[in-house]
Amino acid sequence: MTGLLPPKNVRRLLLAGVASVCAAATLACGPSYFEIPIETPIQPKLDVSAFQRVLIAGFVAGGSEDVDANQETVRLLRSQLRSKSSLRVIDADVMQLQEIAQEQSKGAPETGEEPPASKESSGATPTQVSSVTPSPEHATQPLPAKIKEEKDLEPYERLFANTSYWKRIGEEYQNPLIVTGTVLFMPNSRSGFVSRDVEQIDGYGRRRVVPVRQYLERKGFILRPKFVFIDGRSGATIYSESYREEVLYNSQTNTPALSSYFELMDRLVPNFLSALSSQKIRGTRVLLK
Amino acid sequence: MFSRVAASVVLIAAVSAAPLYADARSDAKAQVAFGIDVAQKGLWREAIYRWEKAAELDPTYAAAYNDLAIGYEHEGQLDKARQAYEKALEIDPNNAQIRQNFELFKEINDRTASAKERP
Repeated sequence: MTGLLPPKNVRRLLLAGVASVCAAATLACGPSYFEIPIETPIQPKLDVSAFQRVLIAGFVAGGSEDVDANQETVRLLRSQLRSKSSLRVIDADVMQLQEIAQEQSKGAPETGEEPPASKESSGATPTQVSSVTPSPEHATQPLPAKIKEEKDLEPYERLFANTSYWKRIGEEYQNPLIVTGTVLFMPNSRSGFVSRDVEQIDGYGRRRVVPVRQYLERKGFILRPKFVFIDGRSGATIYSESYREEVLYNSQTNTPALSSYFELMDRLVPNFLSALSSQKIRGTRVLLK
Repeated sequence: MFSRVAASVVLIAAVSAAPLYADARSDAKAQVAFGIDVAQKGLWREAIYRWEKAAELDPTYAAAYNDLAIGYEHEGQLDKARQAYEKALEIDPNNAQIRQNFELFKEINDRTASAKERP
């Protein structure tokens, strides 16, 4: 008993056929893109193959008296380099560079003997850097005993340009790569209007997020380190880079200075490490068929 | 008479070129698919070889250049990666996925502007 199907059934059969062909085609072809995790290796900014050891000498530090920025920076960088660099970290007493610079300026000044060929960083994160070679006015400026702001650090630049001094330090520690510089960690406060999202419930019980502008008084800290890399064999600066990071909290929040210091250093450490050792940046990309 | 012959020659040329193009694209697609397969298993050098081959077989295949760029990026060959992304976007400027990959690449590349190219 066969007969012609009614036209309605024919249409249904046709539709089902087309749908199954489409499904089969999709299954056969598979997706046209694939997300894939990648790790991009980034070469270090400096060629440190000539060095087996690194001396984190010390920093001319100033700003907040709640944190010994010299001691803390040396400790932090040494521990980071121990785990994330192939260079052997020299354990030595932290140099009190501020005192050393004061003594040098009292005695026969050795500044400006050989202007070092410094290579300045031009990365996105680092702020504009001033040259390590001190300008003539900085070379003669008196060294401020208390470092409260950035301009107090400028006269100390001549310490990093003193090649014979750093060469002597290099000889003492068997020609390592020397890391030194300046660290300014100072309190900061700012007030003004801040926009933040606030959750509200309307008359119908619905939740919604509304941006609200609010006048806030905030306080926090600014961290401005400058890392100077010196060749211990010649005493010359081979590279330097400066950074600036700041953090602000609600004025009612009482955040200890030391924890703010670590919070800010945490942001900078990857950049510091990328000068000395290769880093891998993780990400995701889309492969296409 | 001449115009008829000329028209026939053009027609024959067009008809015979179409399968050639289709062949090049399908061969390139096979290489790209294989490359994706091995890249997912972590064999990036083999993947790069396949994607280079795909781009050679069909220089108009944007996906091959996109994947090649990702491979180069993974190997730290950032200059080559940039060139491959640029080629992919030249072929398919409106492809949002290629554009997004390129933007992410640029973010890393700009951040490490002073890093040297891996040999």
